[in-house]
Amino acid sequence: MIYRETGNFVTNYLKDRDIFSMTFDKVVVILGLLYLFLWVPTTSEYFLSAHVIPILAVGLATVGLNILTGLTGQLSLGTAGFMCVGAFGTYNLMLRVPDGLMSLPVALLLSGIAAGFVGVVFGLPAIRIKGFYLLVSTLAAQYFVWWFFNSYAWFLNYESSGVVAIAPKFYDYWGLGNLLGVDMQGYPARYLLALTICIGLSYFAKNLLRSNTGRNFMSVRDRDIAASVMGISVPRAKLLAFFISCFYCGVAGGIYSFLYIGNVDLMIYGVDRSFTILFMLIIGGLGSISGSWLGAIFVYEFPIIFTFIGDFIFQGAFNTAVVENVSNMVYGIFIIALLIREPGGFAALWGTTKQKLRMWPYPH
Amino acid sequence: MSKSLLKVNNIEVVYNHVILALRGVTLDVEEGKVVSLLGANGSGKTTTLKACSNLVHAERGAVTKGSIEYNGQDIAETDAYNLVKNGVVQVLEGRHCFSHLTVEENIMTGSFIRDDPKEAKKDLERVYDHFERIRIRRKSLAGFTSGGEQQMIAMGRALMSRPKLILLDEPSMGLAPQLVEEIFAIVKALNKEGVSFLIAEQNAMVALKYADEGYIIENGRVILKGKASDLLNRPDVKEMYLGVSEEGKTSFRDIKYYHRRKPSFS
Amino acid sequence: MGFDFVYLIEVVVGGLLSGVMYSLVAIGFVLIYKSSGIFNFAQGTMLLFASLTFVKMTENGIGFWTALFIASGIMVIVGVATEKFVMRPLANQDLLALFMATVGLATFQEGFAQFMWDSDVHGLQMNKFIDISLLDSNPIFISDYIPWLDLLIPRFDIFASLVAGTLIVVLAFFFQKTNTGMALRAVSDDHMAAMAVGIPLQKVWAIVWAVTGIIALVSGLLWAERVSVSFTLIEAVMKALPVILIGGLTSIPGAIIGGLVIGVGEKLGEIYLADLFGGQGIELWFAYFMALMFLVVRPQGMFGEKLIERV
Repeated sequence: MIYRETGNFVTNYLKDRDIFSMTFDKVVVILGLLYLFLWVPTTSEYFLSAHVIPILAVGLATVGLNILTGLTGQLSLGTAGFMCVGAFGTYNLMLRVPDGLMSLPVALLLSGIAAGFVGVVFGLPAIRIKGFYLLVSTLAAQYFVWWFFNSYAWFLNYESSGVVAIAPKFYDYWGLGNLLGVDMQGYPARYLLALTICIGLSYFAKNLLRSNTGRNFMSVRDRDIAASVMGISVPRAKLLAFFISCFYCGVAGGIYSFLYIGNVDLMIYGVDRSFTILFMLIIGGLGSISGSWLGAIFVYEFPIIFTFIGDFIFQGAFNTAVVENVSNMVYGIFIIALLIREPGGFAALWGTTKQKLRMWPYPH
Repeated sequence: MSKSLLKVNNIEVVYNHVILALRGVTLDVEEGKVVSLLGANGSGKTTTLKACSNLVHAERGAVTKGSIEYNGQDIAETDAYNLVKNGVVQVLEGRHCFSHLTVEENIMTGSFIRDDPKEAKKDLERVYDHFERIRIRRKSLAGFTSGGEQQMIAMGRALMSRPKLILLDEPSMGLAPQLVEEIFAIVKALNKEGVSFLIAEQNAMVALKYADEGYIIENGRVILKGKASDLLNRPDVKEMYLGVSEEGKTSFRDIKYYHRRKPSFS
Repeated sequence: MGFDFVYLIEVVVGGLLSGVMYSLVAIGFVLIYKSSGIFNFAQGTMLLFASLTFVKMTENGIGFWTALFIASGIMVIVGVATEKFVMRPLANQDLLALFMATVGLATFQEGFAQFMWDSDVHGLQMNKFIDISLLDSNPIFISDYIPWLDLLIPRFDIFASLVAGTLIVVLAFFFQKTNTGMALRAVSDDHMAAMAVGIPLQKVWAIVWAVTGIIALVSGLLWAERVSVSFTLIEAVMKALPVILIGGLTSIPGAIIGGLVIGVGEKLGEIYLADLFGGQGIELWFAYFMALMFLVVRPQGMFGEKLIERV
């Protein structure tokens, strides 16, 4: 076997903390990044706009939720609400702040911070409330945010239809587009912006997992009384987790609205969106960043592929309602089957597979 | 030669399809005896007990090789609760009392499988006779009782099913030494009434003192077996598990850790 | 113009009665949670499925009682099947995984119900079938009895309250006083220990899920009478959540008290506070905010079991 996990001798602490310690892995990662940055933008617009970009957006939200639920154990169903804050925040910043000072990437990050603060406010009850009861706080956030943006039309610039199309000028990053001669509103450009943000934030999340802060989060998840006895401030850890998680969700919301849909629309940030992201998280595996991405890809693509296969086999013999219902049925069964087989999701399945491969040809 | 109540035949137990926990455990509990299973952390004691009570399935574990016989019958297809009906009950490691039920309700859950409420009430009194301490606490929530009391509640609960064999998992864990002696004295008393015991323990001294036979398990494999009194006097057991050697207290510097290749059955 | 006291009473009474409806859904939740520690998100879809099945049968000419009987049978089968295929393999798993399994179950049931029957809205009027004075569509005029109280109470709401009340009493008695009830509470505390002690998880859960199925049928029918059978029934679930959270996830009487609190609070909030917040539709989050306030004061709900942790 050429893939050896042994024989990697490190000579300093920095090297010891490498995420990918084997040369093989490093090469794969570099090739992967090259592929993502150089080759994918040249693929069809349809592929980018209908598959890649939305997955980047929801995947980032899943990573955010992972930090809150997977790492810190705080169950949350308010994800879409925080995404909504990010989307509306980005829109309003772009709209109202003079062009010279604001551009899309900055707006995304700032609105993420705003979402983070909203998250902290709704995370305050988490100091007292534990377990399933905590759902009430995040659901309150979800419904409140939705109602708030629905009621105060100022946020949508008094657009009567309730949906605002994003003007092309918003995509001009301080004239960068004109400088490079690239159409910033085009999908390749959008994709690259989303990709950069997602890779950057995923890297940050992965390191968060391995850091002291991440360990604090996990100890709060596992045994918060023991954590507080050890000197970890449990309220501080929980609120920090809410902040970081909602920051991610806010940025993801901005990406979703600006780089994918092209509209700022309240309807797409309902409770079902929160559930979808929770699905992605569970299917991917709690506590694993790569798992979150796998889960996001799977959950997003499943209905599409299923409908496609259905149409292919039955040549459109059934109407959309039937297909949707059957899709839901298969989807539900799949989730249950996956949870039975491996409650830890794809990430755990992958871990078990690796373990089996290590011992191959022995079973264990 | 008394009848064999529980026969574990060279079992192999795997968790989650990939984690090998037991790799060849054979033991034999005769009727009316107290058998101790000794071993360090992670050696496989709890897994052995859970395999005998068929609770191992609840933790995604499976007996992949070998067999377990209770009263001459293979238990592979028996549900955990049916085993309890047949007289095998496990007292879990860490007690696992039902924290939101009262002490009395906890003990009564043990009688759920029976259908003679009058006899059950009498057995409840007998449990309180054995464990006087918890009689006064009978109406408190079990979650608020102390470790020792919880151990008594768990054992009383097990007794309610009128078992022939009790699988005790680390009864001394987290208890004060005096309390440990008390618990084991009660075990001995119950044994005199005809209940057999298979006790998994880390506290070798106490476990061997109160047992008839002992097995030592290491890394998922039984490596030593014998009469408890013989084991207590073996120099290697003394050195490994009791910390005493021929020359007095051993220092780690002097230990020559060798791998026991063959199980030395006497 | 003084403070309209009668109006206030009318609002409060209206709130109490609508609160009872929430409680009916909440009871199903609490039952499952109390017996297994699982937060059954599929409760709403079970409501939908049960009532859809019933309505489809009555629309096709099957008599009320026959349809009720058959629907109950179907719900029992659904309950037992759920236990066998979903709960049993997942026993002893992390509670979050179990919760997600119920969400998956809900997705399945949603698709299945609409696949088997259809996605239309069906009206349901029970007084067409049963001839009880309580189901008469004429409301009771309180002013007939108390002259100065000019209130209207729909008879149906009283009927629903009676049904809910009976359910509560029966279930509360069951859990506190019977052996099986005690065994269920034990299972909810610790699956593994319950198995070790000899409680047959499967049999016990099969019963619980079957009973929950029937409760879903009963509450589904009562809700359908009010809002018709349609997809929106599932939204009833989202309203039931703050109810159980206030009352306590493990408390059956709590389900009804929580329901009343939410029902009244919602109505009061909508009428008196909506102007303050300058918008319509605050009841959506108002219920959750009320629950939040309660929980901050009592993190386990009014009557829920306190979290007992051994350090």
